Amino acid sequence: MRNLHVKILALLLVISAGSLCWYKVTRLGLPLLPTEQAEVWIVEAKIAFKARHDTPVKVQFSIPRPPDGYTVVDENFVSGAYGLTTNEEGLNRLAQWAVRKIKGHQVLYYRLQLARDPSLIPSSSREDSSVLAPEVHTPEFPELMRSAVTALLAEVRRKSADSVSFAQELLRRLNDPAPDENISLLKQDIQSLEQNDRRVVDLLAAAHIPARTSKLLMLRDGVSHASLTPWLEVFGEGAWLPLNPQNGDAGIPKDAVVWHVGEAPVLEVSGGKLPRVEYSISRHTQDQTVVAERRARKMGSRLMEYSMFSLPVHTQNVYRVLLMVPVGAFLIVFLRNVIGIKSFGTFMPILIALAFRETELVWGILLFSMLVALGLVIRFYLEYLQLLLVPRLAAVLMIVILLMAVVSMFSHKLGFDRGLSVALFPMVILAMTIERMSLVWEEFGPGEALRQGFGSMLVATLGYLAMNNRLLGHLAFVFPELLLVVLAVTLMLGRYTGYRLTELWRFRGAIRGNS
Amino acid sequence: MAWNGIPWPWKKLRALGVMGINERNADFVLRYNPRRNYPLVDDKCRTKSLAMAAGIAVPPVYAVLEINHQIETLGETLASYEDFVVKPAHGCGGEGILVIAGRHNERYRLVGGSLLDEEGLGHHISNILSGMYSLGGLPDSALIEYRVKFDPIFEHISFQGVPDVRILVFRGVPVLAMIRLPTRLSDGRANLHQGAVGVGIDLATGLTFSGVWRETPIDEHPDTGGHLAGVQIPGWDEILLMTARCHDLVELGFLGVDIVLDRELGPMMLEMNARPGLSIQVANKVGLLPRLRALEAVSSISGSMEERVRLAKSLALGEWPTPFDP
Repeated sequence: MRNLHVKILALLLVISAGSLCWYKVTRLGLPLLPTEQAEVWIVEAKIAFKARHDTPVKVQFSIPRPPDGYTVVDENFVSGAYGLTTNEEGLNRLAQWAVRKIKGHQVLYYRLQLARDPSLIPSSSREDSSVLAPEVHTPEFPELMRSAVTALLAEVRRKSADSVSFAQELLRRLNDPAPDENISLLKQDIQSLEQNDRRVVDLLAAAHIPARTSKLLMLRDGVSHASLTPWLEVFGEGAWLPLNPQNGDAGIPKDAVVWHVGEAPVLEVSGGKLPRVEYSISRHTQDQTVVAERRARKMGSRLMEYSMFSLPVHTQNVYRVLLMVPVGAFLIVFLRNVIGIKSFGTFMPILIALAFRETELVWGILLFSMLVALGLVIRFYLEYLQLLLVPRLAAVLMIVILLMAVVSMFSHKLGFDRGLSVALFPMVILAMTIERMSLVWEEFGPGEALRQGFGSMLVATLGYLAMNNRLLGHLAFVFPELLLVVLAVTLMLGRYTGYRLTELWRFRGAIRGNS
Repeated sequence: MAWNGIPWPWKKLRALGVMGINERNADFVLRYNPRRNYPLVDDKCRTKSLAMAAGIAVPPVYAVLEINHQIETLGETLASYEDFVVKPAHGCGGEGILVIAGRHNERYRLVGGSLLDEEGLGHHISNILSGMYSLGGLPDSALIEYRVKFDPIFEHISFQGVPDVRILVFRGVPVLAMIRLPTRLSDGRANLHQGAVGVGIDLATGLTFSGVWRETPIDEHPDTGGHLAGVQIPGWDEILLMTARCHDLVELGFLGVDIVLDRELGPMMLEMNARPGLSIQVANKVGLLPRLRALEAVSSISGSMEERVRLAKSLALGEWPTPFDP
């Protein structure tokens, strides 16, 4: 009956931990392995201009909305003395810097960290405001061009089915390496890509097809003076479709983000001259955990609100250690009840293992053995003095601390800085270990004392290896609910009635006597 | 399945019904031994007074020391006793027990032959009082009691120390018995893991089987060379009755009772244990589980001691009780 109770409880714990973990992995994208890396693009826009004397300065800079297929990991502004506001204005997001009085050459930065996020499916309709077909104002072309425009549009119309195929056919013709007369005429006065873009928009408008220009930022690693690439968006079938103005291909390149949409300038500076903006782009790999955690927060997940990541960093570091203690405790349970290893004190090896984290394993074992050996020698001398128990324990504790100080000093003088970390050993535990060991030594002989001492060391070493395991550390910190699984298994082991491994050896006499 | 054919070592133990520590704790100690009754067996003073009130023989107590101050007058307290045993009231596993076999000049002679002066004895008692040997390190008291002079039948199979009979009692019915014989290795102590010889006893007859020493079967005592098998324990029925009654004293379902056989005072209850060790199975080369499970199936155990002893003997003969005894 009680067994059933324990089993049901364990099952409930495992199910709740499993489902929470599953949600975190599939929905929030938290990585199960600590080695998973996410690709993070760092885009930096540098705005430079020269401030005019005695006029307020206002800088308006278009910044991208969270782009499709990417997660904004971080976004920040370097504003100096400027006041900063960001707001949504029509098609774009704008950052506005303002200052009443400033002198000389000015530099402002906008920094954006983007992580590619395969789980976000790029949506075709980005703006819901533009689902309604916008009005088209038919532009006025110069006298000279009018006939060329009419001829071209008529020809394109014949070879297309809808607005998108119309635009693509038009772009194909405009970019033809061997243009006909009409096209040469239309391209005659075009000097920049922006002008080309605008001309295409005008031509489409003349055919009553809504179109607009946009600006893309191509993500290329190591670029430092990049500028935005003009792009085209055509309205068709209730959505804006991006088109490459160079060849009419639909969509935007894989490594590109839409920075700005519409005719308005990307950068506007009032009260300054020679405004300039340039972009530098670099690619980094970053811990997937950080990226996922940021994204989950952006998604407004309550779960992340109450995760370990919401704690201050130094508290997080404390919990990185504390959350490993259950793993160590479980190890103790396993080694005790399933294997049957004897050690001094139940959880003493865990504390020693925690100290090993700082000293590293080999040094930890060396220092620990040395302290215990020295302590034992002194403890045997104290036994000769026939002291009362508590004063003797206190004396051992004092001597342990003095020994630690001596070891630290000697190792420092000899240049082994590892020896300094001896101070991290839990000295009360050390004193108790020495006391227990000397008792066992006297009562059951040195063999038993060394066996138990060796057992403790073995458990501490295994505990250190388990608690310092990167994967386990990552799992315990990112998915603390998995510790419920550890709890469940511990509860199950609490009702384990099978043999301990060492008992198979202990009871071998019974087998031999019967066979 | 393929691994069913593999002779895993635990399969054999399972087949013999050998019980492991985990099973003992989970299925017997936790289930049958109510925690509140532990102090009755953990404190030897209380065990003794309970036993004496019930008319069970125990080694006579000479003195109980509770405070350090009493050590100063130790010499006078012990003046009239030639030999005695000092033990912690809350000791376990035979720790902290000092057996004084006699006096030599102004000193006490220990069983091993070494000498201890008044001060050394005082220090040992003071250690006991401060809780060095007690469970959990709590302050303790020291018992000074009669030193058992063991029955001459054990002369040739015991090396120093006092052999004792350990009987496991489940729900008031003795289920397994062994005699523990001190060796040179065990330093006069009767604990198997300290190197004493364990010899199984036939519950039905009180005759010893062959022994086990350090987990290997032996036929002769390693120090004296005496034959271990076939020794008749004197007053066996009386011992069984005594252990059956011990269960009612402390109301612990799974109990180990230690009995010593004195040449003058006969069998006496030395102490009881709420977490009896499992080496008794090795000494008897018999697993505990079949007997325990058979007794578990009995709905109510008779209140009569004779009835229980009869049940114990039938268990030893392999006659399982019917699950529903009237």
